[in-house]
Amino acid sequence: MSAPPSVQSPLIRTVVLAKDYRLGDTTVPALRGVSLDIAAGEFVAVMGPSGSGKSTFMNLLGCLDHPSGGEYRLDGQEISRLSDDALSSLRNRKIGFVFQHFNLLPRTSALENVALPLLYRGLSAQERHERAAHRLRQVGLAERMGHHPVQLSGGQQQRVAIARALVGDPALVLADEPTGALDSRTGVEIMALLQQLNREGITVVLVTHEHDIAAYADRIIHFRDGRVVDDLANRQRDAQADLSLQPAPT
Amino acid sequence: MNFYATLLIALKALRVNKMRSALTMLGIIIGVAAVIVMVAVGSGARAQVEAQIKSLGANLMMVFSASPTFTGARAAAGATHTISEEDAYAIGRELTDVVVAAAPALRGSGQIVAGNSNWSTSFYGVTPEYFDVREWSIAEGRFFEPAEINGAAKVVVLGKTVADNLFGDASPIDQTVRIRTVPLTVVGVLAAKGQSPGGSDLDDVLLMPITTARNRVLGSTSLAKSRSVGSIQIKLIDGIDSQYAEDRVRELLRQRHRLQPGQDDDFTLRNLTEILQTREESSRVMALLLAAVASVSLLVGGIGIMNIMLVSVTERTREIGLRRAVGAKAGDILRQFLVEAITLALIGGLVGVLLGSAGAQAIGALAGWPIQLSASATLLAVSFSAAIGIFFGFYPARKAARMSPIEALRHE
Repeated sequence: MSAPPSVQSPLIRTVVLAKDYRLGDTTVPALRGVSLDIAAGEFVAVMGPSGSGKSTFMNLLGCLDHPSGGEYRLDGQEISRLSDDALSSLRNRKIGFVFQHFNLLPRTSALENVALPLLYRGLSAQERHERAAHRLRQVGLAERMGHHPVQLSGGQQQRVAIARALVGDPALVLADEPTGALDSRTGVEIMALLQQLNREGITVVLVTHEHDIAAYADRIIHFRDGRVVDDLANRQRDAQADLSLQPAPT
Repeated sequence: MNFYATLLIALKALRVNKMRSALTMLGIIIGVAAVIVMVAVGSGARAQVEAQIKSLGANLMMVFSASPTFTGARAAAGATHTISEEDAYAIGRELTDVVVAAAPALRGSGQIVAGNSNWSTSFYGVTPEYFDVREWSIAEGRFFEPAEINGAAKVVVLGKTVADNLFGDASPIDQTVRIRTVPLTVVGVLAAKGQSPGGSDLDDVLLMPITTARNRVLGSTSLAKSRSVGSIQIKLIDGIDSQYAEDRVRELLRQRHRLQPGQDDDFTLRNLTEILQTREESSRVMALLLAAVASVSLLVGGIGIMNIMLVSVTERTREIGLRRAVGAKAGDILRQFLVEAITLALIGGLVGVLLGSAGAQAIGALAGWPIQLSASATLLAVSFSAAIGIFFGFYPARKAARMSPIEALRHE
């Protein structure tokens, strides 16, 4: 258990969370019992080589998949046994996704793209557009609301995607390699934006394999072979962190 | 997610691939247009046949004297008149289980003169049953009365064409016409019937009492003696099997004419309604053939929709994954693709209705066929195309809805 002692009720708590994949007759364990807490307001980077289980972990955190074993509580709610529809509405209300390749709908304006999650919440067109416009202003795209993705630069597209992740007022933003498709200067801008959002109180969990991107996070969790091998606070290392953790080279 | 939002998404998706959507609709368009044209032509033909049956008199059967080919051998018997007034009365009296009425008719033709106009036409000597059998109604004046038949009264009822040609706009009632020098008083004018199925003018006719025709106008003694007639017109009971009725009439006449088994009939039976019904039957067969072609086209159109929807689902896998990630339920995705397929099919159906209606009108104008557009067929065609959308759209939509969000997001 690596719960920071200052947090009473963590936003995310996983208890020996496991996920197996079935490949024909053999079962491949992708995640072998991960137990960790993430508090509200944290900025966490998840790192690890491919096949380490970090993507599986992120899919489970994102309520996109059911775990094979263990528990996952998001905002106090046990989700491992929820139905597919319940997971959908949980994603809609609690989670914002930012993807490496933006995943914006083509031939659709920035405003409509940002408003998309609210469509599945059954809000009126007017309310959807008001909230989407607010988030677009927040990410600095007030002048680009009517533009289609092809008319926007990569960085602008990722800003639209971030606005979309925020539009539903989620408890958690999951960013999967958000700078992977951007040049380094734009990547820095996007990370600065995520950092700023985090300072405004949004919990961000980020997957990356670049150390300088992970450096923006307050805490870095390393995965290998389906297990957490390293979980440490970045910069402001907490002296009271779990003794089993190894110090990371800085 | 409400229906309106779903519909907007569907319309947008279809607009993105305009050409593809249009080509996909083509099968449905052709199928529905074919249905509309087929029903329009079919029901037009049926209406025409019904009108013709009505103009002749429903359930009409006719008995003629034997055809000239074998009257040659019986020339000595005098005239070709082998059936008699008595035969008609016997049919009316004895076959009440198949026959409503049987009317004897003597036919002649000649110049009809009224004042300084004249007109050449056929005239018939008839009994009151004739009006019933041929379903004539009177436009002006009256029919003959039984007393006028018995007394061979010099009265006549004119068909509309004859009345128009002899008297123009003036009323012919109580006027005198002369046929072969015999003066006859006009007592009635028949209501117009129009053309026969063969194209002849049914109103070009003149009716007089059978006795008057035989004794005064035709004036033949041999005719008078035998009381023979040119034809017997029979009205069958509604719904009776016409073949059975024919057999009964033939049996009675053969017996009355004392024909031995193996001997040829000395009369000819014609069932006009049956001929028309055969024609209607053949138009129905044509309609069925067209219907088969149309349903094949609709089926192919439906498969086209399924094909394109499957392509669309594959193309938009990442979009599906994204929608699932931001909160779309599997049902939302199913509805989205289903509505898209139904919209494709319905738009195709509506375009098909428009094209089919225009096509039917064009065929009617060019080929001169009677066309009858049917609201129920239109409704049926449109709802059938919607059903095709649902049926063929369901599989791709379900495929989309069942995708794992993770796999869909990872799709390249």
